[in-house]
Amino acid sequence: MDDFLARALLGGVGVALAAGPLGAFIVWRRMAYFGDTLAHSGLLGIVLGTVLNLNLQLGVAITCLVVALVLVLLQRQRRLATDTLLGILAHTTLSLGLVALAFLETVRVDLTAYLFGDILAIGPIDLYWIWGGALLALGALAGLWRPLLAITVHEELAQVEGVPVFPVRLAFMLLVAIVIAVAMKVVGILLITSLLIIPAAAARRFARSPEGMALLASGLGCAAVGLGLWASLRWDTPAGPSVVLAAAFLFVLSSVVPGRSWR
Amino acid sequence: MTELLLTAENIGLTIRGNPILHNVNLRVAAGEIVALIGPNGAGKSTLVRVLLGLLRPDSGRVWSRPGLRIGYMPQRLALDGTLPLSVQRFVTLGTPAARARVQAVLAEVGAAHVLDSPVQAVSGGELQRVMLARALLREPDLLVLDEPIQGVDLNGQYELYDLIGGLRRTHGCGMLMVSHELHLVMATTDHVLCLNRHVCCSGHPDHVARDPAYLDLFGIDGARRLAVYHHHHNHHHDLHGAVVPDLPLSSASGGEGGHRPPVEQDRG
Repeated sequence: MDDFLARALLGGVGVALAAGPLGAFIVWRRMAYFGDTLAHSGLLGIVLGTVLNLNLQLGVAITCLVVALVLVLLQRQRRLATDTLLGILAHTTLSLGLVALAFLETVRVDLTAYLFGDILAIGPIDLYWIWGGALLALGALAGLWRPLLAITVHEELAQVEGVPVFPVRLAFMLLVAIVIAVAMKVVGILLITSLLIIPAAAARRFARSPEGMALLASGLGCAAVGLGLWASLRWDTPAGPSVVLAAAFLFVLSSVVPGRSWR
Repeated sequence: MTELLLTAENIGLTIRGNPILHNVNLRVAAGEIVALIGPNGAGKSTLVRVLLGLLRPDSGRVWSRPGLRIGYMPQRLALDGTLPLSVQRFVTLGTPAARARVQAVLAEVGAAHVLDSPVQAVSGGELQRVMLARALLREPDLLVLDEPIQGVDLNGQYELYDLIGGLRRTHGCGMLMVSHELHLVMATTDHVLCLNRHVCCSGHPDHVARDPAYLDLFGIDGARRLAVYHHHHNHHHDLHGAVVPDLPLSSASGGEGGHRPPVEQDRG
């Protein structure tokens, strides 16, 4: 196998492993649009990283986190619904990123690679970041699992039972920001949400416990990466979108195969 | 000797310019059952959220006995259908417990048969019992029940209130119960607070039922339904709708004024 292909596979699998359980929570908490908004702000993070000469993934993670905090602040006023706020934030930050990018005349930026991913260009350094970020996110999520599940089921009940709701929610946002930052290289900021929610949605019918659904989502994500890369080589299609299509294919397959649904 | 569990003094709260609570005082002592009644929009749930520390009041203060363990049964549970969660997992989310213990608590509230069902698949009445089981598993000093009979059919409501009334004996806990109907809570309650943004009247259920402020709030028709409350069935229905005979004790008292004959609601 070619080196670049092995790195692509390894990077994709790293992202898929972390995206599975996190994506399950995003589905349970109905936060798909939230993930999308954070991802949209990623481009701004690229510009920030370039200007400040930071690692780009670090730039993206920081920007995502700042946007998440801004959202939390905006939610305190209760005039506008959260999805409206998300719509405002998502497209404002994306446009801000595009405009800021135009000011960077000296820097040559491959916009398509950031928007739709460039999995075949994953280098050894990228792999460290991806796996470092993915393992960090998975480890933190494991520690956060129980209280996070409790506030997902009923936030006020969890609070009465002693769960520190706000810190847990904030930590979860941080994890989403990290995963978006590491997934950007694989599928790009416009497609990241799909890698979070499609495998989780596909896993739903076969899961009997939250943990089972999270693990299955990871597995299906890895399968989608493999399948997508294979298809991309076979038919010479763009790799990132091919991975997303493979995930969608698995989702369709999961909803038509005969199987015992728990409910 | 009554030890205080929770007190609230002069609670006032305004949300977006709307006064929701004004000068509300409340206390719950150990082993006491306090009912909070009032029409929709009276601020009952808001007051409960203030008492639980989920909402900060603009004025007044809430005190709870140090180390007080609260078992809370919220008004509703909006669980996303994509979350595969069994009743056992749901009940132990707040308090880790062995399967046998969960089974025992579920049996106590009459819901042992749903132990392994998905939470989304149980009926409204079963879900109320499951939420009650989760609150009981904490071995609370104080149970806070927000509209515990919501989504339960009429016969199930009486059964559930009997069950809740018995918990004081079996668990020795104090109780704060929210309801929008007095006649259902009367049998088991020590103290009633009639709330309509402020405390209209309070006291023993019999006293409140005759209070002009209560009659104003609920109207004569609403107050008359009190007569129904005292009636007894000679049987009741279990969760599956089967008839379960009561022990022979039915010397039904017709209520205080005897406004109406007891009504049998037999929908077997």
